[in-house]
Amino acid sequence: MLPDLSTLTVHAAREGLRSRAFSAVALTQAFLDRITALNPTLNAYLTVDADGALAMATAADARIVAGEDGPLLGVPIALKDVLVTRGVRTTAGSKILADYVPVWDATVVARLRAAGAVFLGKTNTDEFAMGSSTENSAFGVTRNPWAHDRVPGGSSGGSGAAVAAGLCCAALGTDTGGSVRLPAAFCGVTGLKNSYGRVSRYGLIAFGSSLDSIGILARDARDAASINAVIAGHDPQDATSLDAPVPDYTAALTGPDLRGLRIGVPREYFIEGIQPEVEAAVRAAIDGLVALGATCHEVSLPNTSLGLPVYYLIAPAEASANLARFDGVKYGLRIEGDGLESMMRETRGAGFGPEVKRRIMLGTYALSAGYHDAYYTRAQRARTLIKRDFDHAFEHVDVIASPVAPGTAFRIGEHVDDPLQMYLEDVFTINMNLAGICGVSVPCGLDSNRLPIGLQLMAPAFGEAIALRVADAYQRVTAHHLQRP
Amino acid sequence: MEYEVVIGMEMHVELNTTSKMFCACPARFFGAEPNTQTCPTCLGMPGALPTLNRRAIEDTVLLGMALNCQINTHTFWERKSYWYPDLPKGYQITQYEYPMCHDGAIDLDVRDLSNGWNDVSYAKRVRIRRAHLEEDTGKLTHAGDVSLVDYNRSGVPLVEIVTEPDIFSAHEAYAYLSAIQDIVRYLGIGTADMEKGALRCEPNLSLRPRGSSAFGTKVEIKNLNSLRAVRDSIAFEIERQTALLNAGGRVRQVTLGWDDARGVTVEQRSKEDAHDYRYFPEPDLPPLDIDAAWLGEIRSRLIELPLDKARRYQSALGLSAYDAAVLTSDPAIAAWFERAAGPSPTPARVKAAANWISTDLFRLMKGGVALADVKVQPEQLGELIDLVDAKTVNISTARSVFEEMFASGQSAGAIVAAKGLGQINDVATLSTVVDGVLAASPSQVAQYRAGQEKLFGYFVGQAMKATQGKGNAQVLNTLLRRALGAASQT
Ligand SMILES: [Zn+2]
Repeated sequence: MLPDLSTLTVHAAREGLRSRAFSAVALTQAFLDRITALNPTLNAYLTVDADGALAMATAADARIVAGEDGPLLGVPIALKDVLVTRGVRTTAGSKILADYVPVWDATVVARLRAAGAVFLGKTNTDEFAMGSSTENSAFGVTRNPWAHDRVPGGSSGGSGAAVAAGLCCAALGTDTGGSVRLPAAFCGVTGLKNSYGRVSRYGLIAFGSSLDSIGILARDARDAASINAVIAGHDPQDATSLDAPVPDYTAALTGPDLRGLRIGVPREYFIEGIQPEVEAAVRAAIDGLVALGATCHEVSLPNTSLGLPVYYLIAPAEASANLARFDGVKYGLRIEGDGLESMMRETRGAGFGPEVKRRIMLGTYALSAGYHDAYYTRAQRARTLIKRDFDHAFEHVDVIASPVAPGTAFRIGEHVDDPLQMYLEDVFTINMNLAGICGVSVPCGLDSNRLPIGLQLMAPAFGEAIALRVADAYQRVTAHHLQRP
Repeated sequence: MEYEVVIGMEMHVELNTTSKMFCACPARFFGAEPNTQTCPTCLGMPGALPTLNRRAIEDTVLLGMALNCQINTHTFWERKSYWYPDLPKGYQITQYEYPMCHDGAIDLDVRDLSNGWNDVSYAKRVRIRRAHLEEDTGKLTHAGDVSLVDYNRSGVPLVEIVTEPDIFSAHEAYAYLSAIQDIVRYLGIGTADMEKGALRCEPNLSLRPRGSSAFGTKVEIKNLNSLRAVRDSIAFEIERQTALLNAGGRVRQVTLGWDDARGVTVEQRSKEDAHDYRYFPEPDLPPLDIDAAWLGEIRSRLIELPLDKARRYQSALGLSAYDAAVLTSDPAIAAWFERAAGPSPTPARVKAAANWISTDLFRLMKGGVALADVKVQPEQLGELIDLVDAKTVNISTARSVFEEMFASGQSAGAIVAAKGLGQINDVATLSTVVDGVLAASPSQVAQYRAGQEKLFGYFVGQAMKATQGKGNAQVLNTLLRRALGAASQT
């Protein structure tokens, strides 16, 4: 008998598969049917690979029958469409890669494949992960399952919506400035943003190489821990991945007792303009953690306000070089022109959307002779200050708690003509990318419109285990994460 | 007016590492089918990342050490952005602010080769501004109205070496380049083959009135595919610009291409396009730290360099400048020579070994045999030299023995023994031979004794013939003179 897909966790799926309550093929087919029914409305998936998924499920069933076990064996999941997948179209949400089929797997994809996970398809994203709403996708916006006229957050909005709507058990996302945590908050699911260097970026189509990290959108912290155990760890193909052992994330989830845990509350994160219901829910969640034995301490991250301008210099600067390879010469879109240079110009002009062009220009400008020192170099120095703020704060506290975003999911089109307002959605998330630290976004209530609110738990670099432990403790005594649209 | 030329040299040396600089593809691409030695990384595919080839770093540092450079042990990689189809990522990973090697110098012996080896030579020092490691690009070919790109070369490690403007003639430029070429080959880090593009150089030069300290207008010369082309193009430019300046003209800042067939420079484009490369640190690679232990490991690969070797061959071994240059042109030849000469050799033995190599060995190798494939071992040549010294064989026999050794790899002793080629030194035996020759040629003996002394050569020839060339020529000479003279007294 098949379970209720809309609430099925990775753990529950594994339990059912292990006990042969259902087969991986049956489970996969059920998800595919549900995707067929709901995706035309939600547009969470850009590519559904039904044949591939069923083949993987068949293989997983064979392994299960052979007595094999594993945390993801036969579990249907989704992948954000900036992760390259061998033989399956990978668009990065861009027209310039509309028909691009990679010849290789990203390291995380290869690791999940080896673990026996079933890939249902590729989820929608803002073009090259540049955005906070999926409105910048060349293939249409993803609708928030909680309110179809609202955005799911971004850029991993397709993954957030897919998990929230029960179109997969869990999904991978990427986070350059909040792109896992914001959709997790807006869609009412749990989001893990890994530290820079914890998970290999090999095969992640780069946006801001010094900021990009791969994360997880899941139904709860426990699922996120199981998946992270599979994808985290050193990869010789990524020179920036940390060559150090990975803690046992599942073993780190020690229960609801948080005695001895010190929670920092940064005064700079409770600012004017924050939606009152969001602040109230987050403060209530912190109280909930204190009730579990944690202590609460006010901390200061004095350079917080530098984050947004610094981010919008460094990320576009790196992006301007990262996106130079899309020139029509080797793969992807090509618009023939009058000679080589015109071909490149025409291809990029037609292939990139307005936000991508805006950031390429921003980044090119920031690196140009004469402006380089004033913008790029200064931004790097400011980045050091932001990182130092976190270092100092984590000398006194174990985790830092804050809202994920100032408000809940906004209406589709609400910020489209105002990029600065859109950028402000990331004001609480981007500094973590600048500092390279990790954190979790946890559902902590609904606003009066019945839209989910996210609590952000930040932890030091490579402190995923503690962030997951606190999130899991909270989820053991609350039910916010169990609410469904 | 008299002008002097000031030349700075920018060159690129391909390293012959097994794999490319940032991926596992083979770095030796020459002759391979286009685009068969590629992977996501060197094709710049979305999501691909670079990983470091330690050997390329070591080779660069080693070259820097050979060029007496300071080594930056803490440095980082940068992205250099520009558009060209042969640059798959749209940026090149290189070094800009902190090159791995800087502020070095190279010593040269400069010779004007156009007038042979005996012309004046002088010592010269060229300062090296910087040497750093970067990745090579692919190769773009225009065929009619299509352009084809081959990415086999993309990502091959490339060392860029930039000199200070210390070069003051075409011959100095030639000497500098061939010195770099020798060093690269000696260290075994590249082929430095200009014809195959493994060494590329772009001299920039300007003329100024002799004695002036200001620099004139700089031109850059590209498309140089041989050492000779470098020398000839510089000589051509000096002549062209001197004539231009003397006629009251002005030199324009241009990039020139060398037309090798016509022997002239051709303007490629006036003024470099104002490039803004937008350098910034490569976020995909951590900073590069070379610790003392690693540095020591690299330093242990530093061997005696060609110029030092050549100077030692002259001062300590007494070889001529020419012999020293020939023997040190290739480290394998030099090693071969040193093994053939043996430990602490006498000057005569050094000279003999040098002669055997530069005449007989090189002549036999002309058929296209590489030194590594030569069957005869240097110690075997040493043995042959011993046999000549001991008068076991004479020199003409030794020559044919050496050919035999070259062909079969057999030792000199074995060949001499097997073929009975040992020299006949025994006086009694040779006296019998001489008696026979004189008895068989009564009329020649009579003519000789009548004063036709040039017939002496005839008797020597006959005696050699009778001994199948094995007779000791000196002994035979003495015996013949004695016999012919003695007879005349009767
Ligand atoms: Zn490669």
